[in-house]
Amino acid sequence: MSTSTTNPGLSPVRQSKLTRGQRPKWLIPVVGLVAVVAGAALAALIGFSVALWALFAAVIFLIAGPVAVGLIEGSRAGADSLMTFLVYAAFLLAVIPLISVIWTVLANGVPGLTSNMLLTSMNGITGFQDNKADAPGDVMGGAYHAIVGTVSITFWATLMSVPVGLLTAIYLVEYSQGGWLGKAITFFVDVMTGIPSIVAGLFAAALFGMIFGPSTRTGFVAAVALTVLMIPTVVKNTEEMLRIVPNELREASYALGVRKWRTIIKVVIPTAISGIASGVTLAIARVIGETAPLLVTAGFATAINWNTFSGWMTTLPTFIFYQIMNPTSPTNPDASLQRAWAAALILIIIVMLLNLVARLVAKAFAPKTAGR
Amino acid sequence: MSKRIDVEHLNVHYGDFLAVQDVSMNIEPRSVTAFIGPSGCGKSTFLRTLNRMHEVIPGAYAEGRVLLDGDDLYGKGVDPVTVRSMVGMVFQRPNPFPTMSIRDNVLAGVKLNNKRISGSEADELVESSLRGANLWNEVKDRLGRPGSGLSGGQQQRLCIARAIAVKPDVILMDEPCSALDPISTLAIEDLINEIKTDYTVVIVTHNMQQASRVSDKTAFFNIEGTGKPGRLIEYAPTSDIFNTPQKKETEDYVSGRFG
Ligand SMILES: Nc1ncnc2c1ncn2[C@@H]1O[C@H](COP(=O)(O)OP(=O)(O)O)[C@@H](O)[C@H]1O
Ligand SMILES: [Mg+2]
Repeated sequence: MSTSTTNPGLSPVRQSKLTRGQRPKWLIPVVGLVAVVAGAALAALIGFSVALWALFAAVIFLIAGPVAVGLIEGSRAGADSLMTFLVYAAFLLAVIPLISVIWTVLANGVPGLTSNMLLTSMNGITGFQDNKADAPGDVMGGAYHAIVGTVSITFWATLMSVPVGLLTAIYLVEYSQGGWLGKAITFFVDVMTGIPSIVAGLFAAALFGMIFGPSTRTGFVAAVALTVLMIPTVVKNTEEMLRIVPNELREASYALGVRKWRTIIKVVIPTAISGIASGVTLAIARVIGETAPLLVTAGFATAINWNTFSGWMTTLPTFIFYQIMNPTSPTNPDASLQRAWAAALILIIIVMLLNLVARLVAKAFAPKTAGR
Repeated sequence: MSKRIDVEHLNVHYGDFLAVQDVSMNIEPRSVTAFIGPSGCGKSTFLRTLNRMHEVIPGAYAEGRVLLDGDDLYGKGVDPVTVRSMVGMVFQRPNPFPTMSIRDNVLAGVKLNNKRISGSEADELVESSLRGANLWNEVKDRLGRPGSGLSGGQQQRLCIARAIAVKPDVILMDEPCSALDPISTLAIEDLINEIKTDYTVVIVTHNMQQASRVSDKTAFFNIEGTGKPGRLIEYAPTSDIFNTPQKKETEDYVSGRFG
């Protein structure tokens, strides 16, 4: 009754029995600060480095924080905060590599992202030009041919794998009814998921070698290899999306006298389309960075080639690979290194754009659930 | 528009399991027939055989005859899709299509079948169906909004409008009010009383007051135990079932001494 207020209509306020023994708001920040300071001191004892500092600070915080909370609020709250902090710590550990990769690629790639890089190929670029280039802006040659190759090979791979994958998933979910064919397909799709990408590349190379003569290498052979890698992903994802469409919707459609295939096309797929579309986009993002199967199927080109069906092609990953393994000028590899980093940055940007597109597509197609 | 249904010695199976045994009954056009009985006695199963929705479930089949104005629904060469466009169905849980607006939900039977329909005809069909389902006044200003934004009772009436829009001869309802509040339930019951002038209505209900309020005739189903098939015990005018049942089982059930 000590702190009763004069607020009319409200009963007098006092220290609630229900909130006794709660930690003060400043506890966690103070423990954090202590951990940082103590961590710095400990690290300095051994030989200071930032990594060591962060490690000691984290360990001290993970021990002292829960102990402090436990002393004030009891052991249950202590254990609870220990788990909470561990979860946050695991999250931080998981994003550190991601942030570090993005940071490295940005730092090394941005200087090389010149108009030459984006708009010219490596046609006619030799060690001579590279040796003359001193500043990052002077580097001649670029990855235009590799961007063209990545886009057209991925396009053909998508064009082939999406219909096959979609129809397979539709068969599995809507028609197979647990029959032996459905089980066999599921088994083979699972096996396909585990195929190493180089094996897919060798398969495509061998297939076309058998039909069109040995060492047939075109963008299309590479697209076939990527298709082998994409199909299982598309099937699995689409299958999952179709399975979560409630059966009630199918029955509602049948009860209106709608045929099964129309029900699938007009009710089931539209209901699942946002998930299907984002799954397809993620599958594309997955294969766009493949290197090994491209090396054995698409050959290697320095000039722009828009024709997927004849002539060798280079994609961004193989461009990066060759720039690093065989610098254009062995005596001055900096120029090649710069092009490789810039190409890596372009690849990451493309993948991120694809992810963004996946989100937009998912949003655009999502079932409308506006309020009343 | 309204047709009679005659069921003769119908057995319904789920694979090896016989779920409903030897049911025969005659359902008059322009009437409301209620199915009552304890859970699991096969009311839904039997109802779904009346528009061949039963066979959508893998392994499920029916033996016997179901005559719609004399034509056997299970006759040779009968397309279940045709049957379903003549015998509509409303389900226990309201299930409007989430990807469609209110208007498109009503037109679903037409649009999903790619039937040509002019804009003015479509407008008329939407209005008459929604009026028929007592929903027009509540949604006429937001026909373009998603159907999932309506309340449960409104969604169920939307589903009824959707079923009416196909212009069936018979409407089957499987516990259409069991997911609804009392006010919405009353609205649906009023609606059933109105649409029986145009349709043959068959309704499964767990609520005996509801059966006595809305139906002309009532069929009581029962099972002897788990694993046994459900049977039709008694089928008579509703007032007889509730006031002067002929069978002891029926009397026990309607007086609440059972189930
Ligand atoms: N999809 C199904 N597969 C197998 N058996 C089923 C299926 N649906 C219902 N049954 C069985 O059929 C019997 C009747 O069920 P149902 O018609 O749903 O009863 P009610 O609607 O009267 O509660 C029950 O024994 C139930 O277990
Ligand atoms: Mg039921």
